[in-house]
Amino acid sequence: MPDIWFFIEVLVGGLLSGIMYSLVALGFVLIYKASSVFNFAQGAMVFFAVLTFVGVMELGLPFWAALPVAIGVMVLVGMATERFVLRPLVSQSEDTLLMATIGLSFVIEGVAQLAWGVDVRNLDLGIRDEPINWVMDKTGMLISQLDITAGIVASVMVASLALLFSRTKVGRGLRAVADDHTAALSIGIPLKHIWMLVWATAGVVALVAGMLWGARSGVQFALVWVALKALPVLIIGGFTSVPGVIVAGLLVGASEKVVEVYIGPKFGGGVEVWFPYVLAVLFLLVRPEGLFGEKIIRRV
Amino acid sequence: MFYREAGQFRTSYAQDSQIFPLRQDRIGIAIILIAAVLLPFVANAYWLSAILIPWLVLSLVALGQNILMGYAGQLSLGSAGFMAVGAFACYNLILRVEGIPFVVAVALSGVCAALVGIVFGLPSLRIRGLYLAVATLASQFFIVWALDKFPWFKNYDPAGVITAQPIIMFGHNFASPREKYWVVLAIVAVLALLAKNMARGSVGRGWMAVRDMDVAAEAMGLSLLRTKLQAFAISSFYCGVGGALFAFAYLQTVEPSAFTIELSFRILFMVIIGGLGTIMGSFLGAGFILLMPIFLNVFFHGVFGQSVDAGVISAVEQVIFGVMIITFLIYEPLGLARVWQLTKERLRLWPFKH
Repeated sequence: MPDIWFFIEVLVGGLLSGIMYSLVALGFVLIYKASSVFNFAQGAMVFFAVLTFVGVMELGLPFWAALPVAIGVMVLVGMATERFVLRPLVSQSEDTLLMATIGLSFVIEGVAQLAWGVDVRNLDLGIRDEPINWVMDKTGMLISQLDITAGIVASVMVASLALLFSRTKVGRGLRAVADDHTAALSIGIPLKHIWMLVWATAGVVALVAGMLWGARSGVQFALVWVALKALPVLIIGGFTSVPGVIVAGLLVGASEKVVEVYIGPKFGGGVEVWFPYVLAVLFLLVRPEGLFGEKIIRRV
Repeated sequence: MFYREAGQFRTSYAQDSQIFPLRQDRIGIAIILIAAVLLPFVANAYWLSAILIPWLVLSLVALGQNILMGYAGQLSLGSAGFMAVGAFACYNLILRVEGIPFVVAVALSGVCAALVGIVFGLPSLRIRGLYLAVATLASQFFIVWALDKFPWFKNYDPAGVITAQPIIMFGHNFASPREKYWVVLAIVAVLALLAKNMARGSVGRGWMAVRDMDVAAEAMGLSLLRTKLQAFAISSFYCGVGGALFAFAYLQTVEPSAFTIELSFRILFMVIIGGLGTIMGSFLGAGFILLMPIFLNVFFHGVFGQSVDAGVISAVEQVIFGVMIITFLIYEPLGLARVWQLTKERLRLWPFKH
């Protein structure tokens, strides 16, 4: 196999796994945009969502029945979060809210394990994590079907979220709340409903992300750490930008894999653990608000 | 009734600027210190090595985190990384420098951690808030990775888990838990006093000015570069010393995998629950976070017997832990230190309400 094909294989593999990071980061952006909360519990929500889905399927429900149940549970989690964590903490600083969501992640992880146990489970979506034959025959590249599916799913989700934000009444409400929630409240936008809706949507995004990750690496506690990988994606893209996380996800995924394959062996591997963070720091040194984040003007 | 300042007049500047202006406080702190020194004579080895030593060590680290987060307002999620630097620096110093006293090695490992802290603090000049918090995760992951991958740090030890050298000072081997406890207590007491004085002096005022509004602080002539990097350096120094003590006096092993991001989060919680921007809060928070799992464990075994699955207990613990953090943030965002302060206010007025 010529080197260039190998490079393209690494690159495409990286880009596609980057899409999966973007999918997790998308949940962060949704919540941050609407309520200025940096939701550290997103990773726990990913874990909880897919664990619930698999758990319900184990109880004997078919795929298409388990999906709405899992969505329903995630909506409930979102509503409970709004009611019991966000509402009492309204108008607190961003740091306080971040810490509250770290606490929330402990609760969600604990509840998930209490409800469904700690075993590693397999999730069969009917899409195999195997190379596509004809690509392999033509070029010798190994590109997984699951990655391609993830790419398509992520594109669909981003497109529909973009439509939701820009074309619907709810979306306009969301953007108004994001801009200035007191002003939005004063013109009669129901803040509580909007927040519940956002958390519920983030829960659904978490479910989708969790299902794709779960199909790849098994439904297990380690899914919580996927969220940590989504953080550099998030800060490179900017907290408030949906296109930003997609571009940043691609960037992080691709560069991480290329660096791991070409430079990693010189240091005994494992470079991809920290590389995205260092990349993110370097990026922020040039653009402190991320690629597409809103420019922050600070006044005294 | 007994706790009030009536009749105590400050007649000199020295009296006015002392750390504990109230006589009752001075007596209280003296009693606590004496009790802390004499404690090993009543506590058994389990208490010393499983609770008191880690409590003191983690208090020190929480103090470091508190300096950065509570006083200087720079949210950091990478304190375990700096602890790892301290632990490995201490290991290598004792290994490579013949006959170095333990205290000197610990101090120098703090300095190493401070230097690393300055490097990882550089982004704080450009980035702030949540972006900075994520950027500090880079230090966490990079440091632990580097210590794991470059065998020089581990002296080419293939096992990865290194036994810490004995604590030797002035020709004496501090081997028993009791002696280790005294070493830790002495170091922590000195550094806590230092921190208290830094916090109430010009250094601390600079930090707090930057925390409250950095643009305003700069306009008042404070160098942001100096103040922020100073905070990062001193905070990392405390974390580094804490890390060295954590490895040498508590774990007795030196390994990168002890300094995970979970540890960083635990330290973060100690500071939040204890109280941001207070010295005492670091000690209270560390005690709370350390003792709570032990307490819950004993409690659940007491209630349900040994039949309960350990996994269930740890999950329940996790839930309670999370709920407590959220509850604290909602009802007492200023932490245990604030609770103590309110209690003192009440005591001063007792038996009256107002």
